[in-house]
This record gives sequence, C-alpha cells and structure tokens, in this order.
Amino acid sequence: MSIEAHGILKKFGAFTALAGVDLHVPQGKLVAVLGPSGSGKTTLLRIIAGLEFPDPGSGRILFHGDDVTDVPAGRRRVGFVFQHYALFRHMSVIENVAFGLRVRRRRERPSPAMILERAHRLLELVQLDGLAGRFPSQLSGGQRQRVALARALAVEPKVLLLDEPFGALDARVRKELRRWLRRFHDDIQLTTIFVTHDQEEALEIADEVVIMNQGRVEQVGTPQQVYDKPATPFVYQFLGNVNVLRAPALAVARRPDGRVVENVPEGQIYVRPHDIELTPHDAGGSGLSAIVRHLHAAGPHARLLLEQVQTREQVEVEISRSELSDLNLRVNDLVRMRLRQAHSFDEDYAI
Amino acid sequence: MASVIASTLPSLPARAVAPRATRDPAWARWLLTAVALAFLAFFLVLPLAVVFAQALEKGAGYYAAAIREPNALASIRLTLLTVAIVVPANIAFGVAAAWAIAKFKFSGKSILTTLIDLPFAVSPVIAGLIYVLVFGAQGWFGPWLIAHDLRVIFAVPGIVLATAFVTCPFVARELIPLMQAQGTDEECSAVTLGANGWQTFWRVTLPNIKWGLFYGVILCNARAMGEFGAVSVVSGHIRGETNTMPLHVEILYNEYNIVGAFAVASLLALLALATLVLKSVVEWRQSGVR
Repeated sequence: MSIEAHGILKKFGAFTALAGVDLHVPQGKLVAVLGPSGSGKTTLLRIIAGLEFPDPGSGRILFHGDDVTDVPAGRRRVGFVFQHYALFRHMSVIENVAFGLRVRRRRERPSPAMILERAHRLLELVQLDGLAGRFPSQLSGGQRQRVALARALAVEPKVLLLDEPFGALDARVRKELRRWLRRFHDDIQLTTIFVTHDQEEALEIADEVVIMNQGRVEQVGTPQQVYDKPATPFVYQFLGNVNVLRAPALAVARRPDGRVVENVPEGQIYVRPHDIELTPHDAGGSGLSAIVRHLHAAGPHARLLLEQVQTREQVEVEISRSELSDLNLRVNDLVRMRLRQAHSFDEDYAI
Repeated sequence: MASVIASTLPSLPARAVAPRATRDPAWARWLLTAVALAFLAFFLVLPLAVVFAQALEKGAGYYAAAIREPNALASIRLTLLTVAIVVPANIAFGVAAAWAIAKFKFSGKSILTTLIDLPFAVSPVIAGLIYVLVFGAQGWFGPWLIAHDLRVIFAVPGIVLATAFVTCPFVARELIPLMQAQGTDEECSAVTLGANGWQTFWRVTLPNIKWGLFYGVILCNARAMGEFGAVSVVSGHIRGETNTMPLHVEILYNEYNIVGAFAVASLLALLALATLVLKSVVEWRQSGVR
C-alpha cells in the first residue's frame, strides 16, 4: 500500500515540528526518513501511524489513495515499532505477539488456538520461536527488537513504521540487524518507513532516502542520488564528511563539460575528503598548496589534516595507504591538492 | 583493586581490604546499634506492648466483652463502612488523576498536581472545619440541607467526606511517579495494535501499576481507619451512631474505662501491624519483579 502525506503542519506550542511536509512512499518500498534529532522525523512517523494528528486543517495522510487523516490509529492497519520496543513488560513474548489478535472484536477474533499458532509462526519468522515463554526483561536488545517486529506484524499491517529501529543497540548488533531487516523486507514486501539519524544505516538498506531538517524535507532520492548529488548544503554536510572551502581560493576551475572558468564566483565550495587528490609539491605543478598538519594512518584509509597555504583553511583528506607511502609525506611537508569533484550550489567544478 | 592496595600496605592488609564502614572500633558499632534499638524499643515496641498489656489486664473475657459492647461494635461498623466507601472512591480518583497527569499533556496540570497534595499540607482539624462551614447548620448549604431533612455534619456523610478529603493524596501520589517513569510507549503500541481505551487500560496500564496501586490502597486504608482530627470535628460524638473507632477509644479513655479503651485501640494496633506486614510483602514483590 502506498503512503502519501500532503502539507503536514505540526506545532508543539511555539516549536514547529513539521513545517509543511509532503511525502510519497510507493507500494512495497523500504524508505528511510533521515535527519538530525529535532528535525521532525519521528513526529512525521507518528502522524502517519495516527498517534499524533497534524494541526487542524493543515494536511492529509493518504493510504493507497484513501484519506485516513481522521482514522484512529487502531484502524489504520499500521505496524509500529518503537525505538525502545515498548514491549508489554508483564506479558511473555508469545503473549506480546498475540496481543493484537486478542484485543480484536469477538466477530473478527480467531480462536485462542489459532491465535497462539499464528503468534508462534511469527516468532519463527523472526527466528525467536525458542523464546516464546520468556519475558521481555530476559531478552537482549536485538531479540526485543525482533519481538516488537513480530508483534507489529501479527495484526497483518498494510504498512510497517519503524522509529529508530536500531538506535538502542550496540554497533555490531545494529549492523547485523539492519542487513537482516533488508532481507526480511525483500521477503515480505511490505511498504516500510523507518526513521533514523544514522546516515550509514539509511544509505545502506533503503530504496529511497528522505532527508529532513528543521521540519522540512530537504531532499528525496535513492541513496546514490542523495550522496552524489546533494540538493542543499545541509544534505551535503549531513551525509558523510565534507570540507567547506571559500571559493576565491580556487581561482581557476573546470566545469564538468571541460570549460575553464577563470573567476569562480564567491561562495562556498563543498568537497568530500576522498575527492581530493594529492601530488608532490614541485615547481610547475597545478593545484592548491597545503601543509600537512596531522597524519592518521591507522585503519583502512589514511586521513590527513592539511592547512591550505593561501587561506589557512583546514582541509580533511582521505587517501589510500599505498598512495600515502608513494607520496612519502611527513608532518609539516608541503603538498599540492587537486579537487577531483567539488560542488558549489551554483555549479559543479573540478579544480 | 582492593588486592593492589592490600599488597602496597603490607602492615595493614585486612583493614585495607575491608569496606570503610566496618573499620570503626567495635565499641562504636555496638553503641550505635544499641542506641537505635533502645530508641525503637522505647518509642515503638513499648507503647505497642502497653496497649496489649492494658487491654488484656483483666483477662481475655473482659477484653472480649469490651469489644462486644454495643457502642464498640457500632464504632467498628462505622469505621468499616467509612473505609468501604472511601477506599474505592480514592482508588477511582487516584487512578484517574494519575492517568491524566502522567499520560496526557494539558494546561493546569501543575495546579492539579499541587492540589492533590493539599490535604497533606492542611491540618486535619482544618479539613473538618471546612466541611462544618460548608454543610453545617450555619454554613453555606446548611439551611437548604435542613429544609430537605438531610444531615451531613454530625452524621455519617460528614465522616465519610472528611475521611475522603484527608486520604485523597495516597493513591494518586503513589501512582504518578510510577506512571510517569513508565511513559506512554506501551499504551501507544497497544493502540496501534487495535486495542481500544478500555482494553489498553485493563490489559496494559493496570497490570503495570498493580503493585504501586496496592501499596497506595494499603496506606489509604490505614489512614482512613485511623483518622482522628478531621472526623472528630464533623462527627458530633454521638455514641453508637457517629463514633468511629479512634473517637470511641478517646471517649472510653476519658471515662477512665482503661481496659475498654485499650481493647478497641488494640484492634487498631493490630490493623497497623497487618498493614506493615502487607507493605513489606508488596515491597518485596516489587523488588523481585524489577
């Protein structure tokens, strides 16, 4: 089922959580809503679920083209997984999963035996069938997360909404679980929105990423699109490391079509650390002169902190370790840098 | 760490390992313990023992007769009736108020929270007087009540009202911090799973607060039975009609009926002991659950 949001406004007192948000999630996709804390992403998710309501008269939520703005949460057929799981602490795992079926009206409620059977099948689906009798407090974070997912799926939701699904887990479990979620989504093909502040997570598993900032959508696109062609300075800085340099320092630049621009207009230039090439500083070379201030060679890549000679701006550069050993650089050495791919919000350049 | 310290202090190995609190000299530990126990014995155990000793001074038969005396029985009945009305009312109010304060945002919330504590801040005698001023013969509703032949002051309704006022914070105060700590996530997930408000309350909220609620009820019950000041003002001390157990004890005592007074008092003391036991059981249960 597709999800649409049109012109959603939400204020909490003087604080504007959502300032007119539009969103379209196509049927069967896994979409990440990515943003820093306070960007309104969780509020948007809760409004889609029906746990909050947009400010009166401001916007509409459509499921599969039907207006559900005024439909209460219980009748929207959404599966919602909370950041801290919100498992019922006084119920066993199996009872947690069965809850959504047990509270159905008598006419729609399956028999107790069928409810248990279905709950067991869902626990198998999330690979936890052996833990049916445990209580939430006896489970690890990753297991609780999967119980919460099974519980949400028990009511056969049309859409799945996950609020920071891996936020409370440690780094290793988080990585495993997000790959598992991707495979799981491919199996069940349920329209899914998950909210996260972790860009790596969003870029790795989502079909489409919605980047939010201060209650607005900054950009929507595939992970590759938003990473390679950020629409706004915010997106550029939010997705991965970036150096922000003053344009006049660059003097001469080449546009992607090969044309040379003599005077780059004043403004800011964005360049990612791995889009900078370093060459030895000998006479006649082209590029910007810089001094090596700091070298950090542990890990898969070497990271250097350079100081540009002309403007004294600090520049972070990431090169392979073999490149570093070829250059034979030491702290306080002079080096030339070439920006392979830089970006200003007027034009793209290579310098 | 302790072993490291011990090895660098070869002359004092045992002391370096032992926690600081047990390093005080023996006489100090004994003295402190003795002072604490003596205090407890003098101010708590002794009076309690005196109550039972006095009550049974002239034998068990006399004790039973003192309790079976019609006015004593009437006071016990009235106290139980008051409790039977006040405690359920307090549960309903306390749960509703705590639910509203802990789970919803609304303006005036802090005022409501403060108002719930008011009965703790006001002297019980004042609480009683308030009802006399409102419902008494010279009070606001006095003439209207007299005209309709209704009695509030110097009658059972007044006693129930005064007791309800004095005990009103107990359940709510117990539940508000508990419910605030639990947050609203579980309720929200129940709602998204299709539960209605009633199901959410009975299946999710209530099981989570049951021990806190029970604790509040125990305290509320103890206070409702033992309340003296507020009830004394509105009761009118009519024997066999408007005397609760604490009031009856006072009357007997003032008449130098020492055995009778202490016999009824011993019932209240037994209740207090039972309450303490229940309270410990609940606390033990709660710590086991967490």
